Amino acid sequence: MEPKEFKSSITERRKEVLASLGSLGAKIYEQIDKGYFPSIEMPSRSTENIYYDQKFRQFILGDKKVKRSARNIRHLKPFAQLVWTALFSYELTSQRKTSTLRDVYYSAQAYEMTFKDQQESNNIITDLETVLGFSREDFNIFPEERSAVFGDLTIRYTVPGYEGKTLNLTSHPDGVMIGPALTSSEFVETSADKVIAIEKGGLFTRFIEENVHKKFNALLVLTAGQAPRATRHFIRRLNKELKLPVYIFTDGDPWGMHIAMVIISGSANAAHLRDLTTPDAKWSGVWATDIVNYKLPTDPLDDIDMKRLYELQKDPRYKEDPLWQREIKTFMKIRRKAEQEAFSRYGLTYIVDEYLPAKLEETK
Amino acid sequence: MAQVTFEEISASDFFYRNRDIAGFTNPTRAIFAAIRELVENSLDAAESLKIPPEIYVRLSFEGEASKETQIYKLRVEDNGCGVPPRHIPSAFGQVLFGSKYKLKQQRGTFGLGGKMAILYGQITTHQHATIISSTDKSKIYMYKLMIDIQKNRPIILDRKVFLNKEGWRGTVVEFSLEGDYLRAMPKILEYFKQTAMVNPYANLTFVDPKGRLYKFTRATTVMPDPPKETLPHPYGVDVELLQRLIQVTPYNNMLEFLKYHFHRVGEITANKFLAFSGISPSKNPKKLSHEEIVRLMHMLKKFKDFLPPDASCLSPLGEELLKTGVLKELKPEFVAVHQRKPATYAGHPFIVEVAIAYGGEIPQRGGFVIYRFANRIPLLYDEASDVSVKVINAMNWRRYKVTPDMPIAIVVHICSTKVPYKTVGKEFIADRPEVRREIANGLREVARQLQHFLSRREHVDKEKKRLGVFSKYLPKIAQFSTKLAGREKPPDIEKLLRSVKKFGAEGV
Repeated sequence: MEPKEFKSSITERRKEVLASLGSLGAKIYEQIDKGYFPSIEMPSRSTENIYYDQKFRQFILGDKKVKRSARNIRHLKPFAQLVWTALFSYELTSQRKTSTLRDVYYSAQAYEMTFKDQQESNNIITDLETVLGFSREDFNIFPEERSAVFGDLTIRYTVPGYEGKTLNLTSHPDGVMIGPALTSSEFVETSADKVIAIEKGGLFTRFIEENVHKKFNALLVLTAGQAPRATRHFIRRLNKELKLPVYIFTDGDPWGMHIAMVIISGSANAAHLRDLTTPDAKWSGVWATDIVNYKLPTDPLDDIDMKRLYELQKDPRYKEDPLWQREIKTFMKIRRKAEQEAFSRYGLTYIVDEYLPAKLEETK
Repeated sequence: MAQVTFEEISASDFFYRNRDIAGFTNPTRAIFAAIRELVENSLDAAESLKIPPEIYVRLSFEGEASKETQIYKLRVEDNGCGVPPRHIPSAFGQVLFGSKYKLKQQRGTFGLGGKMAILYGQITTHQHATIISSTDKSKIYMYKLMIDIQKNRPIILDRKVFLNKEGWRGTVVEFSLEGDYLRAMPKILEYFKQTAMVNPYANLTFVDPKGRLYKFTRATTVMPDPPKETLPHPYGVDVELLQRLIQVTPYNNMLEFLKYHFHRVGEITANKFLAFSGISPSKNPKKLSHEEIVRLMHMLKKFKDFLPPDASCLSPLGEELLKTGVLKELKPEFVAVHQRKPATYAGHPFIVEVAIAYGGEIPQRGGFVIYRFANRIPLLYDEASDVSVKVINAMNWRRYKVTPDMPIAIVVHICSTKVPYKTVGKEFIADRPEVRREIANGLREVARQLQHFLSRREHVDKEKKRLGVFSKYLPKIAQFSTKLAGREKPPDIEKLLRSVKKFGAEGV
C-alpha cells in the first residue's frame, strides 16, 4: 500500500485553543473595564439538559444556559478559579508544557487560588471545557495515561525538544504510550488500513507477538479498560485524518460492550465536548452471540451485570444499531459472560488465526 | 412511764446545737459562711450611710487543728457606720440581738450570721473575739468578748478606749476559727467575684492564708438609694405578728390600729375592711380574743382591696449599676440588663433584676453560666434547686436564636423585704409563681435584646465576609483576565467594589 502524507490538525488546533482562551480573557477584561461585573454564559451540564443527538451520534447539551456572574457572591470564587484555570491553560499551551489534573490543583495554591479539593478543581476544568468547547487535553491538561498504540504509523512530534523528530510506532515492542507528546504529534505516514482497539493489555501484547499488525495491516490500540479521552480523541483522529476503519475488541460482558460504545458514541459526562467520538467504529466482539457460536468457557452474569444490561437497553446510544439490542437480549438470555482470554481454550493463536479474521470480515 | 424533762434553752444554745441550719455544716462551709456573713454585715454598715464600702478581709493560718482542718484567724475591716459602744457586747455576743428586725431590705435577715460566725469560732477554738469600732470621729472602742452560750450573754474580757486621731470610722472584727480553707477556696473566691459584680461601688480586698492578694476595685461611686423602713403589709401578717402589734399598740380602737400599724392602709381602706370583716371600728384591739385574732388574720388575707405594697422599702441595684458590675467582673462583649416593676408575693414586695451577658471573657462551656443573687448576696450553693435555674431551663431559648453552646452568662437578682429562701442557709430561692413570672418576663426582655444584638452582629459579620469575598476575588479576576487578554494595565475594579458596598445586593 502507498504511504500517504496527511495534513495535520494539531498546529491549527493549538492556535484555535490559544485564540479562544485569549478572547475569553479579553471578554472579561472588557466587561470590567466598562464597569460591569464580568459574567460568562455556558450550556448547563445538568442531566435534564443532556440529550442524545442522532446526527452527531453522541450526547450533546441542550439550549439551557447557566450564567456565572462575578456579581453573585456564590459565583465569585468559582469565577475567579475559572479565569485562573484559563490563564494557567493559556500558559501551558503557549509554552507547550503539559500538566496533570493533580498539578492544576497544586499550582493554584501558588496564586492563592486554593481549590477545596481535587474534585473542585476538576469541576472548574470541566467548566472551562464547556465554556470554550475544547477538551482539557487541548489545554495540555492530561489525566494519568495508561493506554498505548503499536503499528506502522510514523508521527512527527510537536512537543518542545522533539519538534520535527519522527517516530515509527513499531519501534517499541510494548507499544508507545498515548501521552501528551503522542497526542500532540502530527501523523506523517502509515501503511495500515485499519485500527484495532483492544481492551486488555494481555491481548494487545499477544497481538503484537503474533504480528497482527502485519498480518492484518492494522494499527493496534490498547484502551486499557475504559478508553481515556486522549485515546478516544486519538482513535478519532486515526479514523478521520487517516480514513482508517476502527474495530473494537472487548470482553464479552456489558462492561466491555460499553467500552466500545464510549469510543463510538462518547459519554454523557463529555456531552459538552465534540471530537471525542468515532461514530463509524465497530464493536467486533466478543459478542454474546460469539459466546454461543464459539462455545466459549463462561462465568455467570451477576446481579450488577444484569442491572447494567437493563440500563444499557434503555440507553439511546444502544438504539442506533440493532446489533446492540440483539446482543443485550442474548446476554440476558444466556446469562453468561466471557473474557477475551477465553479463546485460549482452543490454543493461544486461535484468536488470531480464526476468530479475528472472521470478525473483521463480519463487521466490515 | 418515761420521765420527760423539759428545759429551756437559750437562743445561743439553740444555734449551737443546730448550727447546720445557719450554714456552718462542716469546716469547709463554715469558713465560707463566716467570711460571707461578716462581709455582708460590713456592706450593710457602709451602705446605711451611703458611703462606698471599703472592705478588707484577711485570713491567716494559725496552726493545725486536725488532719483536715486548720485554725485560722479571720479579720474583717470596714468603713461602715460602726456600732455604738454600749451595743457592741450584745451586737457581737448575743444571738438574735440586732438592728435587722425592721422591715426593710437588708442582706442579713436574722441578725444572726455575724454572731453565728463568732459563736462557731469560740466553740472550735475556745478563743475570744476582738471587736474594734468607732461611730464618730473622736473615740475608738475595743472589746474582747466571749459568748456565754447557755445564758446567751456576752462575757466582756477586756475593754479599751482609744483616741481616734486619724478620724477613722468603721468596724473591725477579729476571731479565730477552725476550717478547711483549701477546700473552701474556690467558693470564697467566687463569692468575692460575684459580690463585686452586684456591688460595683465597693472595694473588696482579700488576703488569703498563703498571702495571696485578691483585689476587687470599684468601678463607680454611684450607689443605689438605701431602702426605707416600712410597716408590715396586711397580706403578709401572721397571728404572732398581730399579737405583738396588739401588745405594743398605743391605740385603743381598730380603726386607728389598722391605719397606723399597716402598710398601704388609710382611713378609707381601714373602714372598708372593717365593714367587710364585720369588726366594729371602735373595738379595742387589746380586747380581741385569740379566736378573733386568728379570724382577723384570715380576713386580712381575704380582703381584696388593699393596695399592693410599694417598693420604697426595697433597694434594687438599678440597671446602670448592674450593667457596670457585670461589665467589670465578666468583661463580656455585650450585656443587656432589665429591672422589673415591683411585684408582691404574699404581701411582701419584691423586685427582680436580670442581666444577660454574651461573649468577651465569658467561657464557652456548653451551658449558660448562671449567677444568682438575693438582696445583693451571691447564692453559690444548690443552683439546681433555684427557681431562676428552673425558669432558665424551661425557657425556649431557640426562639431568641440562643443556644447553650454560646458563651452566655445570666444574672438574676431578686430583692425583697423577705426573700423567699427555701432554707435558713440562704442558698436558693423557692419556686413561687409570682417570682417565677417576674424572672421569666425579665429574662424574655433581655433575651430579646441579646437576639437583636446577635442578629445585628451576624448581619455585620455576613456583610464583612461578603465584602471580603469581593475584595479578594475581584482583583484576582481582573489580574488573570488582564494577562489572559494580553493587556498591560489591569482594568479598574474600584467602581465594582464601591457598588458592592453601596447596594449590598446579591442579584445575578
